[in-house]
Parts: sequence; C-alpha cells; structure tokens
Amino acid sequence: MIAGLISYLRGNEKKTAIVAKERLQIILAHERAGRGAPTPDYLPALQEELMVVIAKYIHIDRESINVQLEKHGEYDVLELNITLPDKMRLNR
Amino acid sequence: MSKVIVVTSGKGGVGKTTTSASFSSGLALRGNKTVVIDFDVGLRNLDLIMGCERRVVYDIINVINGEVTLKQALIKDKNCDNLYILPASQTRDKDALNLEGVERILNELKESFDCIVCDSPAGIESGAFTAMYFADEALVVTNPEVSSVRDSDRILGILAAKSKRAVDGLDPVKEHLLITRYDPKRVEAGEMLSVTDIQEILRIPLIGVIPESESVLQASNAGTPAIHLDKSDVAEAYRDVVGRFMGDEGLPMRFVTVEKKSFFKRLLGGR
Repeated sequence: MIAGLISYLRGNEKKTAIVAKERLQIILAHERAGRGAPTPDYLPALQEELMVVIAKYIHIDRESINVQLEKHGEYDVLELNITLPDKMRLNR
Repeated sequence: MSKVIVVTSGKGGVGKTTTSASFSSGLALRGNKTVVIDFDVGLRNLDLIMGCERRVVYDIINVINGEVTLKQALIKDKNCDNLYILPASQTRDKDALNLEGVERILNELKESFDCIVCDSPAGIESGAFTAMYFADEALVVTNPEVSSVRDSDRILGILAAKSKRAVDGLDPVKEHLLITRYDPKRVEAGEMLSVTDIQEILRIPLIGVIPESESVLQASNAGTPAIHLDKSDVAEAYRDVVGRFMGDEGLPMRFVTVEKKSFFKRLLGGR
C-alpha cells in the first residue's frame, strides 16, 4: 500500500491497459509470423527445374541459383537469385 | 439466401452462449426464421440459457446418426415464434459430431431457415472447428483482457486458413468483432483495454460492445436470453448488434463511455 501511495504521488506508474496493449502487439506479431504457411515443399523442385532451363543457355552451377519465399508485410514475395559466372560478365 | 453464422472466441467464459442466445433471438424478433445450434457436445448449456432444458428430448447427434428427423429434434423457442433450438448431446463422445453429418444437417436447415447460428464450444479442438467450418460469417466474442484477445486472434487465423470458404477458395468468412463485458469506468481509469485498442490489435470490423452487467447473470438464472430484459443496457446493446448485422445504418456505438448518472437516477438507484 505504501508502495502504491509512493507511485501515486510520483504519478509515473504506467497504466496497466497500456502494458497489456504493448504485450499483445509484440506476442501477436510473433505468433502471426509463425502462423503463415511454412516454407512450401515445392521450392526445391522449382529450384531444380529452373536450374535445368537456365543451364540450357548459360553455364551456371548449382550453388549460383537461389529460390526463396519471403513475407513482406501483407505480401508473399517469391525471390529468385541467379549469380552469373564471372567469365560471362567479362565477355560482355 | 440463408446464412450460417458462428459465434466463436477460442477462450471460454467470454460470453459465446449468452451472445448466441441473444443474437439468435434478436434475429428472430426482426422476422428472420432462425435456428440456433449448440455445438458443445458433452457440455451443452445453450438449452439452459434459452430456458428450454426440460423440453430437450433428442439432440444433434441423434439427427446425425439418423435416429430421428431434424424436425423431431428442433425445439421451438418460448419467446420468439421464428426461433428454434437444436441442442447438443450431453452424453455422447464429441467425436460423434463429424463434418459430413453437420454439413447434411446445415443443408437441410438452409431449406427452411434464413439464419443458422452456431454456438461454438471453447478451445480449438474438433467441436470448435466443426462449428466454424461451414460459416459464412463469424461473431468473434472478445473480452477486454489479454488472454481473450490473443485467443480471438488465433481463431481469426483459423477462420482465414481452415474454414470451408478458405479451403474452397471462396470469399473469406465475414468477421465481426463483438466486445463483451466492457467496463467504460475501468477503461477510463487505464485499467482495461479500450475498444480502440482491441480493434487496432485484431483489425476486424466492430459489430458491437456489450457492457459488463449484472443483468446477464439474472437472465441466465431465469433462462431468458438477455435481449428480452426490460430496461437493460445489455438488451439494448444486443439489439444494436442485430441491427448492424441486418444492415441498419447510423446506429451509434452505445455504452462505451462512462454514463454520468443524474442526481435523481442515483437517488432512485436506477441503472
């Protein structure tokens, strides 16, 4: 009670409703992120097939292609990264 | 076109059954032919809140198992001509409530009812899932309290990902936020999440706010849905909810600020 009186006199106690809101915002952001579809299982196959197509035209190795699904706010972004070999860049 | 509406929350004790009873009664009072179904197999309570517990003969599981017809199991409400109750089974195993059986019942009900209200059990187990699976719209009942808000968020996630509408790729289930047990006094004192706080967190349209009130207990004691109570703010608030659901425009959100009681009111002890 004395502690309560002191904090009342100081007037700096954070209202519990504000604490509740902040805690909810943090935990729900975390839970919503985890709730989205886990990495779809077609990604490795997609990567493999893209690899075959690209290899027809450009000589690249397996490590230079990367496919991933990312979440940017409301949108899911399918990201495709192909690193071209150094030699080819020199030819241009 | 008939509508299936689930009353859900995740958390228990927030007012799902109270809401199901008053909301379905309100829909019936507005002229909709309405049926309210208790999905809480093993722990049925809607019959008590509706005051028809002594008239329960058959239940939803009897209908699913083909032991009786739907007509035999439906109980006519004592207060509204347009309202029927389909009770849950008190004795059976909750797994008896399967999706195929429920779909069959809902399709049959759709032939003669405008509104089908599904009173979901608490939790996210099979009973709650079955209650929400076929929904066109959802009333998400939430108390201004951290665990209830979190559970509502979880339920919204399930509605968006696993309901029949989501699975079939149709328009998503239309979600409505219903805040119950709201105490404006405590909100003003900074002791309770406000309507705005909850809306900001859950991000779905608000259909109403039901104030914390002693009359809810009195209604359940008597077996009369709260919406029928005279001079009760809860009854008024539920009527507003039904109005907004039916598309009435310009209804102000009442009971969200502290009411300044007049001297006379205080003297007479009116509420």
